[in-house]
Formats: sequence, structure tokens, C-alpha cells
Amino acid sequence: MTAMTLAKSATRARARRRGHGDGRTALGFLAPVFLGFAVFYLYPAVRGAWYSLTDWNLLSEPRFVGLDNYATLVGDPLFWNSLKVTAYYVVLTVGMQILGGLLLAALLHRLTRSLVLRSLLLVPWLVPSVTTALLWMWLLDANLGFFNHLLTAAGLDNQGFLTSPDLALPSVATINAWSGTGYTALLLYAGMLLVPPQIYEAAAIDGTGEVRTFLSVTLPLIRPILAFALVVSLISSFQLFDTVAVTTKGGPVNATRVIYFYIYEQAFTHFKMGYASALALSLVLVLGALTFVQMRLLRASTSDLT
Amino acid sequence: MSRNTRPSIGRVVAWACLIAAVVISLFPLYWMLRTAITPGRELAADNAGLLPDNPTLINFERVLGLVGREEARAAGGSGAELDFFLYLRNSVVYTGLITVVQTLLCAMGGYAFARLRFRGRDALFGLFVAALMVPPIFTLLPNFVLVKELGWLNTYQGLVAPSLLMTPFAVFFLRQFFLGIPREVEQAALIDGAGRWTIFWRVVLPMTKGPLLTLALTTAVWTWNDYLWPLLVAPGEETRVLTAALGIFLRQSPNTSPDWTGLMAGSALSVVPVLLLVVFFGRRLVDSIQFSGMKG
Repeated sequence: MTAMTLAKSATRARARRRGHGDGRTALGFLAPVFLGFAVFYLYPAVRGAWYSLTDWNLLSEPRFVGLDNYATLVGDPLFWNSLKVTAYYVVLTVGMQILGGLLLAALLHRLTRSLVLRSLLLVPWLVPSVTTALLWMWLLDANLGFFNHLLTAAGLDNQGFLTSPDLALPSVATINAWSGTGYTALLLYAGMLLVPPQIYEAAAIDGTGEVRTFLSVTLPLIRPILAFALVVSLISSFQLFDTVAVTTKGGPVNATRVIYFYIYEQAFTHFKMGYASALALSLVLVLGALTFVQMRLLRASTSDLT
Repeated sequence: MSRNTRPSIGRVVAWACLIAAVVISLFPLYWMLRTAITPGRELAADNAGLLPDNPTLINFERVLGLVGREEARAAGGSGAELDFFLYLRNSVVYTGLITVVQTLLCAMGGYAFARLRFRGRDALFGLFVAALMVPPIFTLLPNFVLVKELGWLNTYQGLVAPSLLMTPFAVFFLRQFFLGIPREVEQAALIDGAGRWTIFWRVVLPMTKGPLLTLALTTAVWTWNDYLWPLLVAPGEETRVLTAALGIFLRQSPNTSPDWTGLMAGSALSVVPVLLLVVFFGRRLVDSIQFSGMKG
């Protein structure tokens, strides 16, 4: 951070001395990136906002309807349901990823520096999400799935993990906790490596136990990286699509119809491009507000190290 | 640091937890492989043991199209086919093109934001950062329309267009690293009369090999795993990528009794490139997470 700030003020100072910019050179460096940004980010953002004010089925001409889509949205129980389902999913999966990640990171940190072990824990994160979804669909299959063998062996009843309205969402959350926990753990582990070993030596001399050390030394010192891991995990969880598209398709009875999947369905199953755009823009606003709050928290949570 | 010279109970339990985590991480992949080598007809009866009674490679052969349609059906296929090598080629083209071109162009852009001075720089960069916060689905809908209007559905150009030139994240990520390079290095070259381009290619890029590779790896993993966009714009046989192909393969197999052995064989094959990545770039991948972590 300090290096960045220094470099920045150095840029300013030097530019002031020289009295002119590098406009021409900058144009050459930036042209491709700017073209990409203008055509595939700016232009679609403007178009998306415009579509949200129209009634459009992708075939005929868009028809301007003012704020009708937003009025529909406010009164659409499925929209509110999708937000609720998304929130439930985000809490579950982020909770599992962060708690599991913390535990794993602490274990790694106290026990070993093995690169092989860390690479193995990262493998689930590298598996394509579609493959992960297929794989778990099979593991959780109501008849032949591995998990139902375990239940049967324990003398319990078979469960339709992905077909029961109560279990479907927790199952999807578990699937993505499996794929994301290793990554979160490595992030947090990297943070723990930054804590000076002397602090642990001091704690050891004082005779502080492992759990106590973790809670009162490690945890407060890795707060910034914990916040960062939380943001990464939150943002990716809000975009849940692949797992649902492959395993449950929003069912049973809307139990897993998360906002991303709902938008996708409106646009490409029901061809309501206008309404889908209004939903997407609302999601932008919701996430924008959340990010703002997170940023405030991030800034507030500086490590006690600095 | 060695306050536990002899194994205490706590230490044993801790190791047990860590090993359990590794097992949980890897067991589903093992089960995928185990299912893939089970004969399709026998799966209903033989699906609990750690190894199948009659291991076979027939499922791999049929998803790779090495056996005829009839033989595939006889082995438990649904008639759905997976033209694996075609989809693999498409995935490689999609991932390779985007990774190489995007990383290079974003390095140029990131360098301009970090080092060059021009009117509107901060405003433009602010716009890029703002775009980081926008959920991709918002631009995905109009981008789909754009690709459709251009007549680029089911073409490579339609597939790669939106992320070929840049992503705000890549520009942002590399700019942070360029900011960290000591100015003196460049100053010396500038005094020697080297232009910005020369400095960029000969001095700056070689110095940021690490972050560049890190970003390229991350981009490659993301692009390889991408599902929604390729499924929407390029579902056609000729441009279908592996992830989309797996999704379509599942849809084509009957709902009541999916062709699990075939699906797992296809899934296993889709993981191979990822495992190669771990084997060749294990340290780099693991370290890359440290990098992105440090930023926090």
C-alpha cells in the first residue's frame, strides 16, 4: 500500500515538473482495452438500462413501456422469492466456506508448510463448476448415490437431497462449499503467514493454549484478509448459476430459483428481455449497496499489526 | 517454534482433521472415476464398493466416440454422443485465445494507467473500477443481443468477443503491480532515449513475469470453466465447448435414468486439463492465491 501511494505521488510530482502528459503514447497503449470496454461494457450497460424500460421478446421491435417492468417486479412474488433464496444460499455457503476455511487454514498454519497438501486442497476449486455439479448430482442421487449408501448403512432412510424442497438448497450450498473452501483456506493461510512468529512464541511462553491463541491472536491479526475472503466469497455466491442450471433447474417448487437463474429464465426461456433487464439492473443496485457497506467495513477493519 | 516435540493428542487430532479435509476434497473425484469404469448395465447393482466388480474402459471409449452407436447403446449409452475431441479443441481455442490476448492487452492498458499521464486518466480508471462491481449478467443480456445482431451466434468470434480485449479485473490487477515497480528502473532507460514501448516490452514486462503468469493462469481457469456464455452464444456442434457439451449431454440423457457411467467418464475427461495445470503450475497456482490475498 505504501509503495503504491509513494509511486502515485511520484507520478504527480514528475508530471508537474514536465508540464505535459503522454497523451499520444497512452492512446496507443489503451486503444484495444478501451475498445473492449466501450463495446462490451459501456454500450451493453446503456442498452441494458434501455431494455429495462421496454417490452421486448427478442423478435419484434422493443416497445417503450416506461417503468412498467419495475412495477411488475415490485409485485412479483417470484422475484422476492429469488432474493430470499439467494440470501439463504449466500449465508449458508459463505458461512461454510469461511468457517471451514478458517479451520483448515489454522491447521495448515500450525502443522505444515507442505505445498503438495495445499495443492490437493485447491483441486476442487479448479474443477469446472459444471463437472462439479454433475459429480455431486450423482453422489447425491436419490437411489444409487453414494451418500444414500452411507445413510442406508447407518440404518437411516434414503433422502432425495436435490429433489426435496427442504434439502435442495442446503445441498447446492454444500456442493459449492466443497468447491470453494480450499481456496478460502489458502487465502486465509496466506494471511496467517504474515503474522510475525515472535507473537506466537510469546503466546507459547505465556502458556496460552492453541484455541485461545487462535481466537485472541490469529483471528484479530488476519481481520483484513478475512474481510477480503468474505467479499470474494460473497460476490461469487451471488452469481450462483451453473450448479442450479445443471442439478435442480430452480426446483423443486422454486426452492433453488436464485436470482441469476431467474433472470436467465426470464430472458431465454420466457423471452422477456425487458423484464429480465429490469431484474438485472435491480441486482446491480442491490449488489452496489452491499459492496458499499462491505467497503466501509473493510476500511474499518484494519489489522492490529499496522 | 517447536513447542510440540512429541506428538500430543491435540496434534494427532489436528492432523486427522487435515487429512479428513484432503479426503473430502478428493473422494468425490475418486468416486467419479470409480463410476466411470463401471459397466453401465451393472451400475444399478454394483455401486457401493470402493472398486467395481468388472472394471472397464468402455465408457471412456463411447464418450470418445471410439465405438459404434450400437455398441455404445449396448453398454448403457442413451444414444447421446459426446464428440469429445471437437469440444476439447473448442475449449482449448476459447481458453487459449482469451488468455493470451487479454493478458497482453490488459498489461498494456494497466501500464498506461500506472505510468502514463493523460487527460481523463483517473476518471476512466474510476469507470473501470466501477465496472468491477457490476454483476456480469447485466451486460451479458445485451452482449448476447449484440452477438446475435452481428450474426455471430455459433462462431468463434462471437464466443470470444466480450472478453478477448479486456476485463476490468485484469487491467486493475496488473496496474497494481506496475505501480509497485521502482520508477528508477524506467528512468534510466528513458534517459538512455528508449521510448515507452521499448521500456514496456524490454524492461517492465520481464520484471512482472510472475504477476502476468498468475493472471494468465487465473484467466485460463475461469475461461475453461465458463458455462453460461458459451452455452448461450455457441451451443452449435461446431463451436460447442466442453462445459456446454457436458450440460447438453445431461439434457439428452433420459431424466428417469441418466447415463451416469457415461456422464462420469465425460466429467473425468474434463478434469484432466485441470490436473495437468496442478502438476505443471502447482506452486504458481498456490502462490497466486497468496498474491491476490496480499492485496487485501
